[in-house]
Parts: sequence; C-alpha cells; structure tokens
Amino acid sequence: MSAAGLLIIGSSQAGVQLAVSLRALGYPDPITLLGDENHRPYQRPALSKEFLQDVISKESMIFRTQEYWDDHDIRVVKNERIVRFDTRPDGSGVAYARSGETFEFDRLALAVGARARKLQVPGADLPGVLYLRNADDALELKARVPAVENVVVIGGGFIGIEAAASLTKLGKNVTLLEAGPRLIGRAVGPETSDFLLKHHLEAGIDVRLDAELTRIVGTGDQITGVEVGNEVIPADLVLVGIGVLPNTELAEHLGLDCDNGIRVDGHALCSDGVTVAVGDCANLPNPVPGSPAGDRVRFESVNNAIEQAKVAAYAITGDPEEYAGIPWFWSNQGALKLQIAGLSTGYDQTVVRAHEPTKWSVLYYRDGRIIAADAVNAPLDFMAVKGALAKGQNIPADAAADTTTMLKTLTTDI
Amino acid sequence: MPQVTYTDSEGQTRTVSANVGDSVMETAVRNGIPGIVAECGGSLSCATCHVVVDEADFAALPPMDPMEDEMLYGTAEDRTDTSRLCCQISVTDDMDLRVTTPATQV
Ligand SMILES: Cc1cc2nc3c(=O)[nH]c(=O)nc-3n(C[C@H](O)[C@H](O)[C@H](O)COP(=O)(O)OP(=O)(O)OC[C@H]3O[C@@H](n4cnc5c(N)ncnc54)[C@H](O)[C@@H]3O)c2cc1C
Ligand code: FES
Repeated sequence: MSAAGLLIIGSSQAGVQLAVSLRALGYPDPITLLGDENHRPYQRPALSKEFLQDVISKESMIFRTQEYWDDHDIRVVKNERIVRFDTRPDGSGVAYARSGETFEFDRLALAVGARARKLQVPGADLPGVLYLRNADDALELKARVPAVENVVVIGGGFIGIEAAASLTKLGKNVTLLEAGPRLIGRAVGPETSDFLLKHHLEAGIDVRLDAELTRIVGTGDQITGVEVGNEVIPADLVLVGIGVLPNTELAEHLGLDCDNGIRVDGHALCSDGVTVAVGDCANLPNPVPGSPAGDRVRFESVNNAIEQAKVAAYAITGDPEEYAGIPWFWSNQGALKLQIAGLSTGYDQTVVRAHEPTKWSVLYYRDGRIIAADAVNAPLDFMAVKGALAKGQNIPADAAADTTTMLKTLTTDI
Repeated sequence: MPQVTYTDSEGQTRTVSANVGDSVMETAVRNGIPGIVAECGGSLSCATCHVVVDEADFAALPPMDPMEDEMLYGTAEDRTDTSRLCCQISVTDDMDLRVTTPATQV
C-alpha cells in the first residue's frame, strides 16, 4: 500500500479504461485520473457524428457517473495541465500543473493522446478555421453551424468525411478537399475509397481529390473562401481534419524513448521499464498475431485504447499479459456504417462482396489467407472476418464473393 | 423512477435506477455494471452490449431495426429469441426492465 499511488495523465478513452481495469483487477493503491479539459471524462467518437448532428446530448458521451468514481475510489481531476515533473529513479515523483498545483505519484501512466495537426497555409489562423479533436472544438463548431451556409472541409480521412456527412445532413453546402488521389488512403484500399467517393458525391458532398489548397481567403475576421488552384470555393467556415500528432512532450521531458509516439513494449511499458503509455500516444509492437517481428504501429482507435489499457493494467498489477489482438474500427458516414477488421497492409488479393448498392464489403488476403475486411452496412461480413481472425481461421477467397453464402459458414481452420 | 435489473451469467443481480431517454447500455456502463462492454459507445458498431431480455418484458419493447437484427447474428454468445443490443433500447417512463448479460461479449 502506498500513499501517492498511480497518476494517470489524460482522462479520455485510454486513461479511463486503465483506471477502470485496475480497480476491476483489485489494484489497492490510490488512483488519480487527471486531464486538462474542463469536462467530465467523455467519449470522442460522437463529436463528428451523433453529437454534431444533434442526435445525442453531451450527457450520453460521459463515461461514468460521479458515484462510480467515488465508489471505486478513483479521484478524477479536470482542467489541470501537467507541464513538468521531478522524478526519482524508482519512477515516483511529483507532477507540476500549469495552475501551480502539484500531484505526487508512485507511478505514472501517460494517456495523453494526440492533438490535431495544424493547417499551414496563409489564412489558416483566421477565426472560423476550426478543428475537431475535443469537446470544446465540437461545441464551437456547433455554435457556429446555424449561421453558416457554405462549409469547406479539408482532409478526406475519417474525421473529415464524418463531419462532412454530418454537416450535409444538417443542410449545409459542403465541399471536401483531399490532397491525395483517394479518400482515407491511409487506412482502406482503393476499392473502398472508390465506393465511399461514389456514395458521398451522390449524397451531395462536393468531393475534390488531388486538391491543391493554397490559402484561406477572408476579410478582417471573416472567412469568405478557400483558394484551390485558381478557383476560390465560397466558405463561411473551414473545418480541418488533416490528421493528428501524438503528444510526446511529457515523455521526452522524462527522457523516455519516442518515435512517432511514446515507444512501449507489448506490456505498455515505456523505455524506463516503469512508466506506462497507452492509447493514441503510444507506439507499440504490432499486436496482430503473426505480424512481422519488429513491426511497430500507432493506432488512433477506441479499440486500441481499451485493449492496450487493459494490458497496462495487467502489467501494473503484476500479472503481465502480452498485447495481442485484432484491431477494429468503425466510422459512421451519413447513411454508411463502415467497419474495419484487421490490418490490410501488405495484401496481395481482394474479394468484393456486393450485396446491394449501399451494402458492400471487401476482403483482403495475403498469401491466400484473410488478413482484413472493410464492410459498409454489412456488419455480418465484418463480424465474420473479425471472428475468423481472432480464432486464427481463414475464409477461402474462392467462395467469398458469393453474397448468398454467409461468410461465417465458410471459415476453415488453417 | 424507471429501473433496470441486470443479472449476470452467474445469477448475480443488480438493480439501478435509470433516466428516461438514456439507453439501457448507458445506464449499465455509467454505473459500472460488469458484463456489458459497449466498446463503440452505443454507435451500433460493436455488438458487445448484447443482453437477453426477460421474456415477459420483451414484447413491450419497440421493435429493432434491421441493422441491430443483423448484428445480433454476430454476437460472441449466440443470440436467443429475446436477445437485443441494449444500446438500442431507450429507457422509458415507468420502465422496469429485466435483462441478463451473457458470459462473454468478445
Ligand atoms: C471526432 C473524433 C471521432 C472519432 N471517431 C472514432 C470512431 O468512430 N471509432 C474509433 O475507434 N475511434 C474514433 N476516434 C478516435 C478515438 O476517439 C481515439 O482513438 C481515442 O479518444 C484515444 O484515446 P486516448 O485516451 O488515447 O487519447 P485522447 O482521447 O486524445 O485523450 C488524451 C487526453 O489527455 C489530455 N492531455 C494531453 N496532455 C495533457 C497534459 N499535459 N496534462 C493533462 N492532460 C493532458 C488531452 O487533453 C485529452 O483529454 C475519433 C476521434 C475523434 C477526435
Ligand atoms: S454499444 Fe456497440 S453495438 Fe451497442
């Protein structure tokens, strides 16, 4: 039993799960769950979807009741930003907040997440150029939306597309600019990109690929447009979703190894062997069974935040378990529900299952073995692939295109 | 006040009072009821909020939409005749719902 206990910095998906899992495992020491946002810990995914569309309230995004935190003896601290530490060799120390508050700890967990990458073009600092990473961003966006007619969304990744679809649903004229040749190029294959593009164009989003954004045009403090090549697209609001950067500054200050995130081992332990790092901020060994030795990844997903935090809780309670699992992700884009199971990197074959015009999936294979799937409005395909990957089974490619057969019935042991 | 009673696969029971408009999943998770994972936070994407509704209560619930029905075929523990994904069940006035959570959600 120790006096200061564990200090978790970052009280979002990963930090919350770590605290919850530790108590479920019977961790006896004090837990402080600290974050710099002035909100009770909440879930982010709805910010670009149901919350932006006014389908759900802020209350629905809150992780736990105050009674839960009290009953489980977890001290939740909000609105405190940690800026530096004094540490002792055993990993204990004191954290200093910008406010002047101090927080003693015996052990530290970094669940500091990632921040939005900033746009670097002239005019990018005009008011009305917004980002969408946290609740304050979403509240500002929602406050401006009623007065806005034309929106330009910059970035054709998950958040850009989700927000574009939500704003279209709210009746706005939306243009989506993507610098690359296809949508979500980082995470899905070309067939999925094409499928999504066709749908979003039909749904009324003016999607422009290979768009060369040169500046944001405005008069005084009002945006009027976005300049792309020699065209100015009218805009009263610009929403930027061009990726995130992992928050590694605190880890660097602590002397921990960082490289596209805070480097951890399969137990979520940092290079000092004591501090843990979990969630979007962590760079970890690829957890997919059978992935190349030494391969490292950094995820930006709820699934990873939860699973990695569980692994960290095992490491802290002294019953370590190596992180292994099948990554999965979802993205609701207007009328489309995209679900992704596994990692498609390195595939050499695809099989498309075209059920209906808006019900569709693509399966990815490497050396004849299934490695991933993107499923649109096809949850059964998604779950069949996720299940097969988790059990180390295959879904042979030759029969997989037949949509009259349920994928689940095709799984074979390898 | 409406309430929901959660029984786990070992027969342990907890009753919590619920707010009208919240989902049966939110009610469980915010109060720390084990047995409901709800990874996607109610987005109808994960099928880890599977419950078996008490037979006497099932018919009174609004019918499920096709997406929920389809996802129920992919739950970790096979669906029964009264299975639901509880993020899709809204708490209503005077609700006194009884549900059982499966042994596993993942
Ligand atoms: C709009 C949006 C939609 C998304 N949709 C999906 C989705 O559909 N599906 C999915 O799987 N994932 C989705 N994600 C991603 C998912 O939300 C993240 O992967 C997840 O939130 C990561 O959790 P985390 O705890 O690691 O980091 P974060 O959520 O980034 O939380 C880190 C916290 O630490 C705080 N912090 C940082 N530095 C300090 C400091 N020095 N002192 C104190 N506090 C600090 C931050 O302010 C933040 O509150 C979405 C994300 C966004 C923004
Ligand atoms: S919480 Fe994910 S489907 Fe219900």
